Formats: sequence, structure tokens, C-alpha cells
Amino acid sequence: MSRKPFRLFAGLVATAMVLAACQSASESPTGSEQASSSAAPTGQEVTVIGTWTGDEQDSFLAMVAPWEAETGNTVKYQGTRAINDILAAGIPTGVLPDLAGLPGPGQMAEYAAAGALKPLDDVLDIATYESETSPALVALSKVDSTTYGIFIKAAVKGLIWYNPNLHDYSSAPPATWDDLMTEGAANQGNAEALWCLGIESGDASGWPATDWIEEILLHQAGPDVYNQWWAGDLAWTDPAIQSAFETYMDVVNNAYGGGTNAVATKFDVAGDPLFADPPGCALFHQASFITGLGAFTDKTAGTDYNAFPFPAFNDQYATAVEGAGDLFGMFHDTEAAKSLMKYLVTAEAQDIWVQRGGALSPNKNATSYPDDISGLMGGMLTGADSLVFDASDQMPTAMNAAFWQHMVSLTAGHETIEQALSILDQVRGDAYAQ
Amino acid sequence: MSDKLITALVAVVGVPLVMIGYIWATEQVLRIVPGRFKSRIRPWLWVAPAIGLLGLFLVYPTIGTVFRSFRDSKNESFVGLDNYAWFFGDQGAQSALMNNVLWLVLLTLFVVGVGLLFAVLVDRVRYESAAKSVIFMPLAISMVAAGVIWLYMYQYRPPGAVQTGTLNAVLGAFGTGPVPWLQVEDFRLNTIMLIIVMGWMWTGFGMVIISAALKGINPELLEAARVDGATEWQVFRRIVFPLLTPTLAVVATTMIITALKAFDIVYTMTGGQLNTEVIANLMYKQMFSFGQYGRGSAIAVILLAAIVPIMLINVGRFRAQEAVR
Repeated sequence: MSRKPFRLFAGLVATAMVLAACQSASESPTGSEQASSSAAPTGQEVTVIGTWTGDEQDSFLAMVAPWEAETGNTVKYQGTRAINDILAAGIPTGVLPDLAGLPGPGQMAEYAAAGALKPLDDVLDIATYESETSPALVALSKVDSTTYGIFIKAAVKGLIWYNPNLHDYSSAPPATWDDLMTEGAANQGNAEALWCLGIESGDASGWPATDWIEEILLHQAGPDVYNQWWAGDLAWTDPAIQSAFETYMDVVNNAYGGGTNAVATKFDVAGDPLFADPPGCALFHQASFITGLGAFTDKTAGTDYNAFPFPAFNDQYATAVEGAGDLFGMFHDTEAAKSLMKYLVTAEAQDIWVQRGGALSPNKNATSYPDDISGLMGGMLTGADSLVFDASDQMPTAMNAAFWQHMVSLTAGHETIEQALSILDQVRGDAYAQ
Repeated sequence: MSDKLITALVAVVGVPLVMIGYIWATEQVLRIVPGRFKSRIRPWLWVAPAIGLLGLFLVYPTIGTVFRSFRDSKNESFVGLDNYAWFFGDQGAQSALMNNVLWLVLLTLFVVGVGLLFAVLVDRVRYESAAKSVIFMPLAISMVAAGVIWLYMYQYRPPGAVQTGTLNAVLGAFGTGPVPWLQVEDFRLNTIMLIIVMGWMWTGFGMVIISAALKGINPELLEAARVDGATEWQVFRRIVFPLLTPTLAVVATTMIITALKAFDIVYTMTGGQLNTEVIANLMYKQMFSFGQYGRGSAIAVILLAAIVPIMLINVGRFRAQEAVR
């Protein structure tokens, strides 16, 4: 009997603590909203979510540090791989960060139409922004001529990396795919296989393989077919797509460790066998950001690794470039958030990440690249006349997820090209219908 | 920071005050009630807050989910049974359902079987509590952390390279090739590998419950059997096992529910790729990744419908056991 009051009290304390935890958890996303009422944007907090973790997170924080020092505001950054889900759940409920990375232009248009994204035309100095930024990327950040997004950093997708100690392609990079295959085989040396391939990436596994398909399709069939395809206007069973898949399977069959190893290897370390002795492979396809990941981080550009652009299948489409970028949007137009957005597009801000490596700047005046290769890629990005955006990132999420999933099954050898394409075409009927 | 501290203090002091205040207020109300009704009304007043909270956080969302399962992806119009028709016609959903059946059977067998084995073995050693603690420990790890730990266990590197995954390193020591544990779809090996992770976590739970029941068996029964010349196996098979059956059933039903709700392990380890999808992960994807609220709700309702009968059986057994005592 004497112990009962104690038990009651313990129960109450436990309940109270749970409630307290809930309270503080629900408070953080809205805490910054109070900032909008305050006139002087100093001492404010700007909540930001993005997909960057590890080195990339450090680089972003380094990028905003001067702004924090200057304005006295702070950036509260959270890196998450579930950003799509957080935003998709946040749009109807309104629980959103001040600034966030956006999955792609498609989602940006969707969020803008829902009224969640704030237009940036009055926030940025539009004239300067447009004169400094790659025109193709400016176009991608607009919805019906209103700017809703900015690119913090960008990447060029179609690059083939190699180890110059095995064979130096820099004086005469292969011009066509056929040249690449013959020269690659001839210069393979003691490398175990021609290609390195790794497509594991947690629940997004398969995306490096979708990049392969995109790159092949773009150079085989051209930008028009490419754009029709991601927009859902082309059947997956179309001969153009079929042909791209067949070329990809040639790569899988010549990959280090085969398809099994490709599906079990994480994309960021997939290129590491380039530097092994004897090398596991001679060539590796990945976007420009690979220089900030895996074994590339300890190596020297130019002497330990080098790259050439994806070769042409067809002269007509030789100069087409596939780019990708980290789009950023604003969900709460507080003074501090606006000031941060304005700062992030400047050459001064973008130069910080560029200098740290692993990023290309969409801003033409941010040119402090740490090495010649990065400089060259930066030029490819800002100078490209025909630039297409990552196709799978522009597909509806269900289509994109199915594309990833079937690339994994196909690469692992559990499906044939015909099976994969016919299922993907069924998904197309469903995914674009929404 | 200080904001949160204040909130915490208010909650720690304020919530108990409100609750004590509520009980005091109900007593004030009861004063005006005639004496003979008092004892009947008081319990209802005391459980009212709990019923209210349950209704708000459990019943209301359940009804909402059932409602949404008959609506389209954006909850704008009724689509009849379309979402259910999709679930039972979709290849991916069927594969997930098949995997859940596999989870249900294998996880239950694993936890009950290995749990029983450990409970019986550990019962006979001097360092019993230490051994039990070690086996029970994985249950204290979050499922996401367990998934990450086991990713290292299953890690695969191509033949010839140094195997960094524990399992493949062991295989390598015996001279056999590495196996990509989570990438082999044949015989659903990858799903079985995921089930082992969950089994590793829950075996301790099964062991503790079964061990407690084992201690409850009257030793005189076992003595009598031994005096009569029964072998140890016969004692286990004819006396211990039948007496443990109700407990094994409780562990089994709990595991069936756990298997049906399996999510975290799949989400962290494979994301449902290569045919490892399960219903709960599919529900999450449809709802939060694809924005298909109707389909996601339909899956939730199907999952609920599958779990409720098992829970009823569990509660029924528990009541029967209590009645015997």
C-alpha cells in the first residue's frame, strides 16, 4: 500500500517526459516562423534540409559560414536521404524547413503549383543572376518564367574516368563509342576488366545504372527522344530505348566482378579498383562529383586520374551534355532566409565549395577550381549549348523508383531486357496518370 | 536549447499537476452525486481521459485510414474497391505478400525454436543470467542500427579482393568464394538473410519468456518422471514441452505480428529491391514516396485485417491463462 503513491508519481513523470519530448520535437520546424515578424534579420535561425552528409555537408556549412559571420544569423542544417518523403509529407501539412534541396525541376513545379514554394524574382538580383549563370540551368530553375529555384552546385554527368598510369587518353580521347571499345580493349593492360561498375545506394540503388542508360540514349538518339522519354511520351519498348539497354548490358558483361559485384558495390567506392595494383578496371563512368568521394579524394587530378567526355554514337549528338544540379527552394520567406538565398547564388559563395572540390558551379564567375579537370568540366557546364537534366530525376517518383529497381534486377541478371522494359512500360501507364 | 528545457520543466511539473487536478475535480463533482451511484461513476471518470486519448490517437485515425482506402491518390473522390483491386493484381504487391508469408513462418520458427533451445540449455548452467543477458542484448538495439550492423556482416567484395564483410571473410578462410548475401534472389536467399537479422534481435525475447515459464514448472513433476526411469529427452518431450505450449503460443503470436509489421530492417538494408519488398515498406513507399494515399491506406487496412485476428487469439489465450491462475 505504501508504495502505490510512488508508482503513481513515477507513471506521471514518465508521461510528462514523453509529452515534453513530443512538444520539443514538434516545435523545431515552426520555431523559425517567428523570424518573419522581426524586422532586423540578425540573430535569426534559418532551417535548411538537404541531401548532403559527410564531406558534402562540411562543404555546405563552409559555404554559409561567411554569411553567418556577416549577418549574425545561423543556419541550422540537417542532412537526410529521405528528403523526397519529408517534402512530400510536408507540402500538405505545412511542416517545412525554410530552405530545402528539391529533388528535381518536376517536383519544383509541383511544389510551386501547390503554393508552397516562394517565388524568387523579388529576392534575387535577377539581372545579375541570369547574366552570371549557365542559361540552360536558369531555364531549369523557372516555372512559367518565374524563378522558383537556384542551383547551389552542379555536376556534369557524362564523364569517363581512367587512370593515366595505365594509359593516358588525354592527348587523343576516343571520339566515338566504337573507338572507345577498341582502344579500351587494346589499352587495358593488366587491368582485370574494362569497366568498373557499382550501383548500390541504399533504397536509391540502381541510379548509377539509370545514368548509364540516360547517357547512352542521349548520345544515340539525341535530346528530343531523351526529353520525350522522361516526359512519359515514349514507350519503354521503343527500339531507341531497347538499343540503349543493350549497349548498357555490354558494359555489365565487361565489368569488374560482373553484374553481381555491380549490384553489391556502393557507387561512391565503385571506382576505387582503378587505383588498385593490378587495377580492377581501366574505365569508370560517373558524374563529376566522384572526385569528392571514395579513393578519388586522396588522389591527385591529372596524375592519378583523368577523364574525357562521353563519346558520340552519332556525330549529330556529339556535343550534348547531361547535367545535374542541386536545386534549392525557399518555403518560408523570412528576411534571413531571403538574405541567405541571395547570398548562395553569388560567385563568392559558390567559389567556396568549388575550391573545396567535388562541385561545379553554375555561376560563370566562380572559377577557383582546384585542378584543370574540374575547370574543364565547369566550362562544359556553363558553356554547353544543349544541356539536358537528369532524366530519371524528372520522372514521377513511382516511375523513377521502378526504373532504379529494374536496373538492379537487370544488372544482377534476374531479368532480361525484354522483361524489364515491358514491366517499366506498364508502370509508365500508371505513374504518369496521377 | 533553453526553450526546450523550459518546456520540459513545464511538462514534468505541469502535467502531473493537471492530472492530480483532474482527479480532485472529479471528486468535487462526485460530492453532489448520491452515495449509491458514486462507486459506479468513479471508475468511468477515471478512465475517461485514457478513452479520450485512445479515441483521438487510435480510433479516429483508423476510421480515417479505412475511409481514405476507398478514395483516390489525392483523397479527392471515391474509387470504390480500386485500391484493393490494385493490391491483389499488382505483381510487386504479390511478391511483397509472399515475402511476408516467408517472414511470418521463418521468423516465428526461428525465435520460438532457438529461444526454446537457449532457454532449456541456459537453465542448466551456473552463469545463467550472464548468458541470458548476452542473448537478450540485441533487443535493446534499434532495428535501424541492427540493419546497419548486419550490412557489415553481409558485405560483399569481388572474388580476389580482401573480404571486409564478416561472413564472407569467414567463408574465405575456408577457401570458398564470397557470396553476395543480399543480392541473391534465388530461393529468396536475400529475404532469408533479412529474417535472420530480425531473428537475432528477437531470440532473446523468446528465450526470456520461455525461460520464465520453465522456472514455473513444478520440479517435483520432473523428479517423479526421473524416478520412474524416464530419460532426459522423454522428460522434455512428454512433460516440459506440453506444459510450455501456452507460452510458446504467446511467443509465436507476438512474432507473427512482428513479422507482419517488418519494416525497418528491409528499409535500411535493401530498400525492398531485388524482390525483398514487404507489405509495410510497400505501404510507406506508396504513401510517402509516391503520394498514393489511397493505395497506402488500403495496404494499411489489409495489414490491420491480417493482424487483428492474431491479436484476438493472443488476448484470448492470455485471459484463459489468467483464469487458470
